[in-house]
Parts: sequence; C-alpha cells; structure tokens
Amino acid sequence: MKLTLWTYEGPPHVGAMRVATCMNGLHYVLHAPQGDTYADLLFTMIERRNHRPPVTYTTFQARDLGGDTANLFKDAARDAYARFKPQAMIVGASCTAELIQDDPGGLAEALELPIPVIPLELPSYQRKENFGADETFFQIVKALAKPMPRTEAITCNILGATALGFRHRDDVTEVTRLLGLMGISVNVAAPMGSCPADIARMGQAHFNVLLYPETGETAARHLERACGQPYTKVVPIGVGATRDFLHEVSALTGLSAKVDESALRAPWWSASVDSTYLTGKRVFVFGDATHVMAAARIAATEIGFDVVGMGCFNREYARPMRAAAKAYGLEALITDDYLEVEAEIARLQPELILGTQMERHIGKRLGIPCAVISSPVHVQDFPARYSPQVGFEGANVIFDTWIHPLVMGLEEHLLTMFREDFEFHDEAGPSHHGAKAMARTEDEVAEPSDTFAAEHADSHAVPVVTPSGEIVWMPDAERELKKIPFFVRGKAKRNTEKYAADRGVVQITVDTLYEAKAHYAR
Amino acid sequence: MSLDLPTSGCRSTPVLKERGQREVFCGLTGIIWLHRKMQDAFFLVVGSRTCAHLLQAAAGVMIFAEPRFGTAILEEKDLAGLADANAELDREVARLLARRPDIRQLFLVGSCPSEVIKLDLARAAERLNVQHAPHVRVYNYSGSGIETTFTQGEDACLAAMVPTLAPATARELLIVGAMPDVVEDQCLALLSAMGIGPVRMLPAHRAGELPGVGADTVFALVQPFLGDTHAALLRRGARHIAAPFPFGEEGTTAWLRAIADEFGVARDLFEAVTAAPRARALKAIATQSAELRGKRVFFFPDSQLEIPLARFLVRECGMTAVEVGTPYLHEAIVGPDLDLLPAGPVISEGQDVEKQLDRQRAAAPDLTVCGLGLANPLEAQGFTTKWAIELVFTPVHFYEQAGDLAGLFSRPLRRKAVLRKEAAE
Repeated sequence: MKLTLWTYEGPPHVGAMRVATCMNGLHYVLHAPQGDTYADLLFTMIERRNHRPPVTYTTFQARDLGGDTANLFKDAARDAYARFKPQAMIVGASCTAELIQDDPGGLAEALELPIPVIPLELPSYQRKENFGADETFFQIVKALAKPMPRTEAITCNILGATALGFRHRDDVTEVTRLLGLMGISVNVAAPMGSCPADIARMGQAHFNVLLYPETGETAARHLERACGQPYTKVVPIGVGATRDFLHEVSALTGLSAKVDESALRAPWWSASVDSTYLTGKRVFVFGDATHVMAAARIAATEIGFDVVGMGCFNREYARPMRAAAKAYGLEALITDDYLEVEAEIARLQPELILGTQMERHIGKRLGIPCAVISSPVHVQDFPARYSPQVGFEGANVIFDTWIHPLVMGLEEHLLTMFREDFEFHDEAGPSHHGAKAMARTEDEVAEPSDTFAAEHADSHAVPVVTPSGEIVWMPDAERELKKIPFFVRGKAKRNTEKYAADRGVVQITVDTLYEAKAHYAR
Repeated sequence: MSLDLPTSGCRSTPVLKERGQREVFCGLTGIIWLHRKMQDAFFLVVGSRTCAHLLQAAAGVMIFAEPRFGTAILEEKDLAGLADANAELDREVARLLARRPDIRQLFLVGSCPSEVIKLDLARAAERLNVQHAPHVRVYNYSGSGIETTFTQGEDACLAAMVPTLAPATARELLIVGAMPDVVEDQCLALLSAMGIGPVRMLPAHRAGELPGVGADTVFALVQPFLGDTHAALLRRGARHIAAPFPFGEEGTTAWLRAIADEFGVARDLFEAVTAAPRARALKAIATQSAELRGKRVFFFPDSQLEIPLARFLVRECGMTAVEVGTPYLHEAIVGPDLDLLPAGPVISEGQDVEKQLDRQRAAAPDLTVCGLGLANPLEAQGFTTKWAIELVFTPVHFYEQAGDLAGLFSRPLRRKAVLRKEAAE
C-alpha cells in the first residue's frame, strides 16, 4: 500500500484507451464498474476530442457481483459489435474487474465475432499507463501485422503516437515532413490515425521510426523480429538529435542525410547576442525519460544552460536515464512521487524547470519559472496552433517555449539597476507576463494586502528571509538579499547559507552574502 | 407564494428504468468538494491507481495546495493476504496523522477494489479510532462505483457521521448538505431574520462544530441526493421537513416557507424578510432566462439535481423538458418537486447511455444537460450542451444565485448565437 496524492501516470487500462481512442475502426470493451467512465473526459475535455472514446464499459454494480458479471460482459461485447461494427476489438479488465477474474478474452472468444478480438492482460496492481499503451499497441500489431513484400519506393512506419500524448499530433506531421525531405514516404503511422486494416499492412514498410519508446518500443521490437524491419533509436527532438536521426535513417536506407535546413531558426536564435543572458542558467529537467533525455541535450548543448538535475517518473527507462544523467555528472532522480521531485527542486533552486504539469505547479509554489516538456498533460498542452517538438520546427518551438517563462536579458539588467523603481520592480515579474504585474508596496515592511496575499500566495513560497536551520540572517543582510532580483534570489539565499554552513558561520551579514557571491561566481 | 400545482405533476408519471453503460462518476468524486468544506478532515481512499487518477482528473485543475485527500494504492502484495493490508493501512494512517496534526476527522473511503477484496474498513475505522482517540475521529464510508453514483458519495459520507453525532434534546433546525460558504451564510441570514435559530449544519466546517441530533431535531435538506442521510436521521428520531429544493425564486420560497411554517413564523414577517430578495431573484431570472423561454431541454443523469432543476427551468424559465434523467429517484425527497413539474417529460432512472443518446438525437433538444464525457462529442454534432458538473461546483442555491443558475443554462445558448453570427459574417 502506498499513499499517493497526485500521480504522473494513470492505470494501464487508460493506456489502452489512449491507443483505442486515437485509432479508427477499433473498439475497446472494458470490463469495469460504474465510474470508470471518468476516463472519457480526459479525451473529450483535455484533448477536446469531438468523439467519445470507442470504449464500452460493462458498468457492473455491487448487486451484479454475486450473480453473473460474465454474462454482463458478453452482452456488452455483443451489443458493442452490433452497434459500432468495428474492424477489430480489444477486450480487457480495469483494476476492479481484474479481481473478479471473469477472463474477458475467453468470454469474447466464445462469442465467435466475425472480426479479430484481441485480449489484453494489463496487471493493474503492478503496472501503469505507459505500459498499458505500449502493451496494447504491441498486442494489436502482433495480432494483425504480418510479413509481406516491401513497397517499391522506400517507405517507413511511424510508431508510438497516441491520444493524450505530449504534442504527438504535430510531431507525426513534422517527422513525416522531415522524412519527405529525404524522399521517404510514410506507409503507416500508428497507432494515432490508423485503423486495423492499416496495421495489417505495416509489414510493407522498409523500416520503422520509433517516435516514442514509452508507447511503441515493444511493437518496434516485435516488428523487427517478425517482419525484419529495423527501427530508429534516435528520437529527433532538438537540432543535434534531428541531424543524428537523419544520419541514422540514411544508414538504414542509403539515402542522403543532407536536407534543406532553411526553416531551422533555433541555432541562430540561440547564437544571437540577445541570448547571451541564457548562458549557464541552472535548469532542472523532469518528465518521461524520452523527453527528459532530449531536453537535457538541448539545454546543455543548444541553448547553453547548466543542467543541475534530471530524472523521470517511468521506472522502465531508469537505466538509459541514469546513463544520460551521468554524462552531465548527475545522479538521475527516478521517482513517481511528486513530493520527492518537489523536495529536490526546492533543494537545487534552479532558475528554470523543464517538466510536466506537476512540475509547473511545483514551480508556481516555489516561485520558479517552468516550461512543460512532457506528459502528464492538461488542456493547455493541446494548443490550437501547430506546435511540434520533433524536427526543425520542433527545435524552433522549443526555443520559444523555454525562453518565454524567463525574464528577458536586458530586462534582467534593468531590474538589477533600477530595482527601487515603483513601477518597474522585480516583484512585478517578467514584463511580458501581463497578469503578474502589480504596483510595488511603497512601504518596505508593509504586509501585502489580503487580495494580493490570496492571489499571489504562491510567489511568496520561497522564504526570502526565513532562517533555515541554525543560521540567522542579520537585518542588514536580509535587506540586501531583498535587493537581489527575484529570479536569482532563491539561488543567492541557498548559496549564502551553504557557504555559511560550510564555514560554521551562524550569523549572515552583508559581507557573508558578498563573500558567498564571490565564492560561487562563475 | 406561487405554489400553484400543475393540473397534473410528474409524481405519478411512470419511470423509465434503464440499466446498461452509465456515463457517470463514482461517489469518490464528492471528496473534491467535501475536503474543502470540512477544514479539519482528511479523506483517505483505499483503492487503486484508477481511484487516484479519477480524483486528479475530476479535480481538473490540480489543487496543489496540499490536498486533504489521498489514495492508499493497493499493490500486488496487499491483494495476497488481508492481514497484511490492514497492517499497511494502519502504518499509512499513522504516518499521515503524524505529518498532519491539524487533522481531526479521518474518513476511510472504500472503493471498488477494496470492496471486491472485502477489506473491512468499518473494522479498520474502529481499530484506528481506538488508536488515535481522542484527537482524531475515524469514520468510514463507501465511495465506490459499484455502490455509489457521483453525489451519493456525499450522502454516504454524511450518513456515516449521523450515528456518531451527540444526542440533543433541544428543538433545533438542522440543515443537511454541503453548500458553498457564501450560500450557507445567505441561508442562515434569511432564517435568522425570521427568528429561527439556533441552526446547525451538517457537514460542519470543523469537528468541534458538529451538530447534535435527537427526537426534537427537525431537518431540511438542501441537496436532493441525501437519501441515506435522510434515513439515518430518521433513525435517530429527527423529523424531515419535506419541501421543494431551494433552487430559483419559487423553490427557495417554498423551501423557506415549509421551515417557517414548522417554526410558526408569521406570514407578514415571512413576507417582510423574503420580499426584497424574491424581487431581486425574479428580476435576475427574467434577465438571464430570455434565451431559455420556449426552448426544449434534455437531462442526462448525473447528480440527482435533475428533477429540481427541471422544475426550475420549466416553471421559472419557460422551458419545456423532454426527458429528465436521474441516477436515482428518491420519491420521499424529490416528491414535492415532482408535484410541481408539469407532466410531459420522460422521467428516467439509471442509464443505458447508447439508448439514451439515440433518444436525445431523435428529440433534438435545444439544450442538453450532460456530463463532461458527452459534452464535446454532442457539441461536435451540433447540439448545445451544459456540463452538469458545473451545477454541483457553482453556488446555485437560494435567491441571490437564482439568476446565476438560469445563466448557467442560458450562457451556452447565448454563446452559440454569438459564434453563429461571427461565422455568418
């Protein structure tokens, strides 16, 4: 038993729903109690889907338990087939139905429906959402895809995009465009946008592009074995990774990796002098392993940040994650407990968080800006505009998205120079974030007004002058600390306290503050 | 007061009872508002990852102020042996209470998996009560989907508290059902102006404010989904004041009138207290309901608020109800509202969502009230929808919210009209 307040991943049957919902002509009959239909709204609300997920829930109740839940399942499956006429069906159990052991696979088989019926075994008490998506996609591919003659022209399949994925919709478009630049067309992109008939002809492709290992790797490995299709290992998120990906595809196909890069702006945006202020900004990266490993590489080598911590919530990828972290001299944080992640961020006091919606909330509490790079998602992660993460346009999008939460370079200097200005002061936050702007309290010691405290309680979560542990801040040092702009204040405080602790200093004075500053100067 | 009964109400309308796929939340969802209402309570769901995920999804915007709810997720090893699961639960509760010394009431909330494996949370609550008394009172109830639908979770929670309430001998009014604070204050102000008091509330903000109950307690419900709580209070000897629910001007007046009559409030005092807010409510409804007059409404089952809300929309906003679906129909509780709702609509209980969608499509109503899972798909087909959950999360009771309540229904129609105009240009 484990106490959980918020979760990074849902149960595995939600992963199966992510596969079913992004496909056409596939229906999912889920043995589940009343209430499990909540999962529909993840798709209809968060992703704004205009169709209900193709899922029939058997909706058993307490009074059915002594009786015949198995017949309830059979009726539901039969009715679902008659009503929706799918090309194929997947059947399985949610966590509660797993306990009553009705064997949906066997029951569905006994119905002798004239379509492929694919049973899913998703252990709800051991595994989670990503596993559910990966396993479901694998089972569908295993059941339907067979070896067949290759297409005449060089084609590939794109694997792993699902409903509720982080920017999957646009990533598939962008990687298709990228492959097109090399002269490769896409045979099938799956599961997103495919139907069972498409899965059946996946064997025609010359190779597979594994876009998201979390949700497509088992299928990719299977197709490599069963259909002799090699698959790509590089996920093309970031400029360097995109070029590596093109070379990998070139090695598989013999086609040239030299493509038109005229739409790629990120490297110049990063090289231009306006971006100098980004140098060495301390970032913490957390999310699913694929996005985190890609983000760390971009942060360190393409934007010039200093990666001070990284990790992932999906234990399945702990090994590559640890190896990637090691390259930056870091120990990876592998956990699905957001309190642990919060504690680590509070300890490190980074200047920017690259994380999920969970870290965005943590950042809000700690007063640290955050850009979202990975699922779990919410409605804001499904923008109306084209907004991929992969390929050259993805690199452009990432540059803009990550820079936006930060205070702009020249503004940083101005805030430092004129921090006493009544309109242009650091508590107003970055000037391009309108909602945060507010007048500075004239009296330094005045308590913030009630409305302000209520609305901005979060931004005060970084204790400016609260003594940590035994160390005491002297009043003049406290005042000096307040003069440091908010976006570096947390770091200055932490460095000073560490400096003091290391030297056995118990009273921090203005001198201690500046000695620490000199000590940590980079 | 305009309690003109229609020549024929819906009380005798035969109810279409259906079962099949239900597009509704389970009772765990009630925790989302209950944990904010009871400020020293913690709700510990004993369940699966699905339960935790549901709470997170239902909370929508994740409330990252440390939530006063959590899920003790059952793992493979807990399913192996029950003694083990009890020990694990005790450990998690001890750890939780040590970290949150402000918690005075702990609810162990049963879920589908905990009930299927027959984890006895009633005994666990007894055991934990002994361990953590007197500082913390431990209750248990079921919020599982196999036992409860959406708002029934609140009913189960309150019903679990009733047997533990202290005995009371005073003649007191007890108001039952969680309301937003602003609405609760308005309710108390109206009653106090009529000289009715002291008035007790269930749920109370804090454990120390919990009401007593006895043979001289009379109670009024502000939510129609409190069937078990109603029965539990009757068992304690309390008496129920049956009335239409306080939605809209008419509903609020009828609800207050029933209480006023019970406490012998003079007619002219009643008029003096209610005249001004009634006039404001009527004015606000008139403004907000312009788009609703003459339109047809279809309710999918969701919160059990459907019957009283249909009564409000039909009688006060000039709508016609095509079908009023409700998860459960407690005649003893919504009877007065059924009497007022003119015969005509199909009254359905339970759900087979595919069949109900067929009926909805055939009826082509102007406004469809439904859950979040159905709203966007129906909008995409050209229907105008109102998400039902907002009716539970928004202050809608009593006079000052009557206009807002009408507005919740008229806004989708107004919005559609605006967008249509834009599209035509």
